[in-house]
Amino acid sequence: MEPSATTLSGGRPDFGRSPLSRLPDQFLRRGLTALAVLILALIVYFFIRLIQESGSTFSQFGLSFVFGNDWDVSRNIYHGAPLLVGTLITSGIALVIGVPVAVAVALYVTELCPRRIRTPLAILVDLLAAVPSVVYGLWGVFFLAPKLMPAEKWFASTFSLIPWIGGGASEVTPTNYFIAGLVLAVMILPIVSAIAREVLATVPPEHKEAALALGATRWEMIRMAILPYARPGIVGGAMLGLGRALGETIAVVLLIGDAPAIGKHLFSQGYSLASVIANEFGEATGVHRSALFAAGLVLFVLTLVVNIVARAYVSRGKRGERGSSVDAPVLTASTTAQPTQ
Amino acid sequence: MRGLLLAATLLALVPLVLIIYYLLKKGLGSINGSFFTSDPTGSFFGSIGGVRSAIVGSIEIVALATVIAVPVGVGVSLYLTEYGKEGRFSQLVQYFVDVMTGVPSIMFGLFIYISLIITHVGGNFTAWKAAVALALLMLPIVTRSSEVVLLLVPSSLREAALALGAPRWRVIFRVVLPTALPGLVTGSLLAVARAMGETAPLLFTVGSATALTYSLGQQMNTLPLQIYNDILSPRAVVVAQAWAAGLTLVVLVLLLNVIARFISRRSRIA
Amino acid sequence: MNSPATSNKENQLMSTAEESSRQTNRSEPPRDQHAVGGHAINTVGLHAYYGEVHAVRGIDMTFAANEVTAIIGPSGCGKSTMVRCINRMHEEIPGAWAEGQVRLDELDIYGERVDVTAVRRLIGMVFQKPNPFPTMSIFDNVAAGLRLTGTKADNLRERVHRALRAVGLWNEVKDRLNSPGVGLSGGQQQRLCIARTIAVEPEVILMDEPCSALDPVATLRVEELIDELKERYTIVIVTHNMQQAARVANSTAFMLDGELVEHGPTTEIFTTPKDERTERYVTGKFG
Repeated sequence: MEPSATTLSGGRPDFGRSPLSRLPDQFLRRGLTALAVLILALIVYFFIRLIQESGSTFSQFGLSFVFGNDWDVSRNIYHGAPLLVGTLITSGIALVIGVPVAVAVALYVTELCPRRIRTPLAILVDLLAAVPSVVYGLWGVFFLAPKLMPAEKWFASTFSLIPWIGGGASEVTPTNYFIAGLVLAVMILPIVSAIAREVLATVPPEHKEAALALGATRWEMIRMAILPYARPGIVGGAMLGLGRALGETIAVVLLIGDAPAIGKHLFSQGYSLASVIANEFGEATGVHRSALFAAGLVLFVLTLVVNIVARAYVSRGKRGERGSSVDAPVLTASTTAQPTQ
Repeated sequence: MRGLLLAATLLALVPLVLIIYYLLKKGLGSINGSFFTSDPTGSFFGSIGGVRSAIVGSIEIVALATVIAVPVGVGVSLYLTEYGKEGRFSQLVQYFVDVMTGVPSIMFGLFIYISLIITHVGGNFTAWKAAVALALLMLPIVTRSSEVVLLLVPSSLREAALALGAPRWRVIFRVVLPTALPGLVTGSLLAVARAMGETAPLLFTVGSATALTYSLGQQMNTLPLQIYNDILSPRAVVVAQAWAAGLTLVVLVLLLNVIARFISRRSRIA
Repeated sequence: MNSPATSNKENQLMSTAEESSRQTNRSEPPRDQHAVGGHAINTVGLHAYYGEVHAVRGIDMTFAANEVTAIIGPSGCGKSTMVRCINRMHEEIPGAWAEGQVRLDELDIYGERVDVTAVRRLIGMVFQKPNPFPTMSIFDNVAAGLRLTGTKADNLRERVHRALRAVGLWNEVKDRLNSPGVGLSGGQQQRLCIARTIAVEPEVILMDEPCSALDPVATLRVEELIDELKERYTIVIVTHNMQQAARVANSTAFMLDGELVEHGPTTEIFTTPKDERTERYVTGKFG
């Protein structure tokens, strides 16, 4: 008797295979279960240790660690608002730029482009995900930042009256929130686009045909039949992208400017939770190190929440059925064998 | 409307084209005879050396990470598909694996720091600790992709084997795993490619070294960290070398991706 | 040695791993045992469930030795579930379980100390869709049963060849034993699966709609094969095709809503059924 079936077959007692021949099965089953337990244990252990290590920071600074705008290593004051704000601003920029493009790419690839170039196009977009983040940083620092400076200056002076954006050309720095956010937009594009593609592929053809049969143009069909159906999945994909953007470290540390204060506007230097850890952890001790662990804890919780919400959306977007690359179908030996006959 | 979507698609490809173009343009020029055969000197004057130690270090660390992550990842996915089925615990594990895929890579570095470096387990910063960090990063990717592939193995094959009187472990080793093998390799290679390009988990686990070493018990140089440090260097010639190292890294990663896709085409199951 | 005494069978079913390999070796030459005394199956109060769903509702039935027994009935009547209970494949589905007894000769295969893998070695199964192992060659597919059960047969090659001959596949594949099993046609694949089943030398073969995925010619070939095999094996065949039951079965059972309506000689079931529901079914008035 396979042990798994023993438990599943309605509490029937053990079927008494001789101990020796059951041994490999039990061994394998226990070993694999142990691995699964190990994963859970690691996560819990990490969470507890992170809380322990950052404990002294939270007891010293309390909520001002999250809301206070003063991160000063020399005075040993660690109020992390500049980090949190930087993380949120850059990720926000990434979403605003990246998601529309990603969804447009997904729509083009699934609905409009000639069948022949569909796969090559999808592969090309996926290739963006294969570029290591340090290479994005390299490219951002030495190509994108200097090339975009004039445009940013023009933008800053033209819209100088708008708060958060303007401020005049003189205040634009080569590395800033915007550049970091822009590169993040490129980095989250492939994942958002891939999920959007998967979700769009699950839209039942009948929906589309129904819309077309009513005399809708292709664009109206996309708006009426596809987007409403795919919306939860696309929102979930965007949130997974957000999770990526929030936690991205190396490209951001190279491009955000690493200034430990909340920047005045879009083109100012700033800091982020991940980049402060990358930048300062190496030489940190005592309270400083604890504060960096605290930044890690905040980042961890933030990405967990975003990911959990995103998963919920994505699985809803796929109507209970879990798709391929991001989520696996729960179809198993069991569910396929229907209780018929 | 079609035009707008097409424009967006082209726009999305612009960064890819630009990155590849600049990597080639700036990188190829800096690759000379000693690029692959000498180690970085790290000095502010004179020769800057090559990136041999970084390439060796990256490959060695990622290899160890793979040796750890692939068996564990495939093992967990086997648990989920073959034993756990739809039980409560297995759903919990599945959920946490999902969530782990979204954990920022720097957290894995922090995790190793907190568990292995503060505690001074087997030395301070060492290459094998960095490998463990990368293994943890790969683990959810391997598990997730393996699970997808194992679920694609038709249940009729498991039934056929069970109906012949085979114990479940033999069904797994002789029928399920061989059938899923190409897909498992593909998923693992994609995880390897991902780990190869990661910098953040290495930052405070691998230490710093420029000299060539093969010992995983020592600090090691790695390609991503080498690039990161080169970017921050004030010397133009070092920065130029960063492009060449970046090109090398991208080529390695793309190669792994291409091999992975090639293998997945040979899969016997969809 | 030809009489399948209960104690002997008990030993077989409860064998440890070493014993089971000895047992299979012992069965050389294996055919003697089958040639004379066949093995009958009895179900007593058999119930099967999928979670809350009560799919088989108390079946008492005998499958006579060395005969083909067909089970017919409309979709969802529980006939597949019922045969899957006979070699305990039913319980492989999560949430599924069975109650009651299934006796192979005198021994209850649901008994306390019975080894389920031993049950399945003695009661083989052929499925609806041909399912050769895609990673294995034709030879390896047939040898799979022996290898998967850890049987150490020194005459593996000979046994594989014999199984292939028994299903009439030998002449078709003898030159390409090392090519993939999935490269064969559907009918050949199904016969390959039958060869795989008989290579482990079972006593009973269960067939769950074995021809439903095959074309008429391949179906005919498999039906001829069933006719040949019944000389050595007890065969239970589930079919939705009444003509097929009429062609191959010695006796036929009609199931409806998880219950056995009627079981009798095939000709009686199709010509003079006792139950009105059977008559309506076999005359095509429903189902």
